[in-house]
Amino acid sequence: MKSAHPINIAELSSISRRIRGKLVEMSHRAGTPHLGSSLSCVEILVAVYWGTLKIDAAKPLDPERDRFILSKGHAATTLYVVLAYQGFFPAEILESYARPGSCLSEHPNLGCAPGVEVSTGSLGHGLSMGLGMALAGRVRGLSYRVFVTISDGECNEGSVWEAAMLAPAQKLDNIVVIIDYNKWQATGRSNEVMALIPLREKWEAFGWSTYEVDGHDLNALIKVLRNIPDNTGKPVVIVAHTVKGKGISFMEDDNNWHYRIPTPEEVTKAKLELGLL
Amino acid sequence: MRNSFASELTALAAKDERIFLLYGDIGNRLFDDYKALFPERLMNCGVAEANMVSMAAGMALCELRPVTYTIASFMTTRCLEQIRIDVCYQNLPVIIVGVGAGLSYALDGGTHHSCEDIAYMRILPNMTVVCPGDAWEVRLALKAALKQKGPVYIRLGKRGEPIVHQRAPDFIIGKGIIVHKGNDVCLLSTGNILPVVIKASEKLDKDGISAQVVSFHTVKPMDEVLLSEVFSKFTLVVTVEEHSVLGGFGSSVAEWLSDQPSQKAHLLRLGTADKFLYEAGEQNYARQHFGLTSESIATETLKRFGKFE
Repeated sequence: MKSAHPINIAELSSISRRIRGKLVEMSHRAGTPHLGSSLSCVEILVAVYWGTLKIDAAKPLDPERDRFILSKGHAATTLYVVLAYQGFFPAEILESYARPGSCLSEHPNLGCAPGVEVSTGSLGHGLSMGLGMALAGRVRGLSYRVFVTISDGECNEGSVWEAAMLAPAQKLDNIVVIIDYNKWQATGRSNEVMALIPLREKWEAFGWSTYEVDGHDLNALIKVLRNIPDNTGKPVVIVAHTVKGKGISFMEDDNNWHYRIPTPEEVTKAKLELGLL
Repeated sequence: MRNSFASELTALAAKDERIFLLYGDIGNRLFDDYKALFPERLMNCGVAEANMVSMAAGMALCELRPVTYTIASFMTTRCLEQIRIDVCYQNLPVIIVGVGAGLSYALDGGTHHSCEDIAYMRILPNMTVVCPGDAWEVRLALKAALKQKGPVYIRLGKRGEPIVHQRAPDFIIGKGIIVHKGNDVCLLSTGNILPVVIKASEKLDKDGISAQVVSFHTVKPMDEVLLSEVFSKFTLVVTVEEHSVLGGFGSSVAEWLSDQPSQKAHLLRLGTADKFLYEAGEQNYARQHFGLTSESIATETLKRFGKFE
C-alpha cells in the first residue's frame, strides 16, 4: 500500500519544481490565466498523489480507489500535470491543453482525461460531491478515502459551510479537506473580502479534526495525510498555509498573477530559478 | 401523490440496493417505512439543498442511484446551479423529486409556490422532465426514471389527488397517454392538474364539445409523434399546467409548433399568469385566482373553439 512507502523528499521536491516549470510553460503557450493559483497548490497535490493516495494509473476507475477532487478547478493545469507525471496519460497530451477542440480546458471536466474525477470550475461544489462519494463508500462497505482541495476564496461560498456542517453530523471520517490558504482571492486579500480569520478555528467549531501546516512543506503535509482516518471519528481538514505564485520569486504573493500570462522572457527566468535550464 | 412516491420508492429500494434517498428535512412521517427497512440508505441533509444535490452527484459517481426530495420550489431554485453543473453537465443518473407542484402549497404562500420549475428544469441539457398525472403515474414514473442513464426531474403534486387511471397504464417516458378519447378539441394536461382537466372535458361534453384528454406526463423529451397526430386531427389543442404560461409545458409545445409546417390546430396555452400570488388561500382558491378550475378551463376552451369552428 502506498501509505507505507518510504518517501524521498528530495525527489518529490524535484518533481514539484518540474511541475512548476510545466505550469509556467502551459500558461504562456496556451495564454491561460490562474498561474498564481496553480502554483500555490503544487506541494498539496504532490503530497496527496505521491504520499498517500491509494490509486493505480492503470486502473483509474477501480471502485475501491481513493478519490482526489480539485474543487478549486481553476488550478486545473496542476491537476493535469500531476496526472500526467503519475502515468494516467502520456505527457504529450499536455501539449493540447486549451487548444481548440481539446478535452483539456481551463477547468477540469469529468473524464476529460483518466484520473479526473469530477467537473469543477464553479466554486463550492467539490467538497459536497466529495461528501457524496465518501458516503457512498460507507454505504457500499468500501474503505476508500476522499481528498478535496479547496481554496480560501472558495470558503466564501455558502455551500462549503453546508457541507462543513453535515460531514461531522454524519461522523464521516473518510473525507479530507485541504485548504490552499494562499491569502488571496481574485480581486483582493481573502481575509479582507470575508472575515476568514480564524480559519482553522471555524472548522474546528464545526466539528472537524483540524490541522495547520506549511502548505509547501512536503514532510508536514505527508505526515498528516498518511494518518487518515486519524481515529478522532471526525472528518479532517488541513489548513495549508501557502503562497500564491509560490516557487517563482517575481510571482510570489503578487495577485496580478491571478490573471497575468507570462512572457517568453518570464518563462525563461522562471525556469532558471527552478533549476530547469 | 407523495404517499405513492414514498411507497413506491420503498418497494424499489427493496429490489435495488443502489437506491439512496436524500431529503431536505421534510416529510415528517412520510418515509417511516423506508427508514425502518433501509436506515443506512436515506439521509436527512437538512435545509441545505445545494449540498444535498452535489452529494447526490457524488453518490451517482460511485454507483449509487440517489433520489433527492424536497418542496419543488426549493428543489429547483435553491440549488439550480448544482442541478445544472453537478448533475446535468456531468450527465449523472440522479432523480430529483419536487413535491408540491404549482399551487399545491398555496396555504404556505408564494415562497412555496412552484410555477416556474418546469421552465428551469426543461432548459437544462440532458434533463428529462416528468410530471405525473396521478398516483399510478407517480409510481411508474419513478420506476422508469431508475432505468434512465441520465438526470430526471419528477414533479409531484402533494396529497389527496384523485386517481385517474383505473389500473396501471402503459407508461413510457416520452409518450403521452390518451385518458379520454374525443374528436373536437384535444386537452393536453401535464402533472397534477389532470383531474381538473378531466372534469373540464366532462363539462365540455355537456356543451356538445367532444374533448380528448391526454396525460402528457413527459415535458422533456416531448412526444412529438403524438403532437403531430393531435395537431393534424383537431382544430384546437389546449395545454394545461399548474405552472406559468411562460416557459413550461405550453411553451414547449409552442416551440415545437413554430418549427412545423402549417398545422390544422390552433394552440391555446392555459396556466398561471406571469404574476405572483400574495393572498392567503388554499389550492382551490389559488386555482380559481389563476383560472385553473374545470369551469375556467372549459369556458376558455369553448371561447377559443368557437372562434375556429
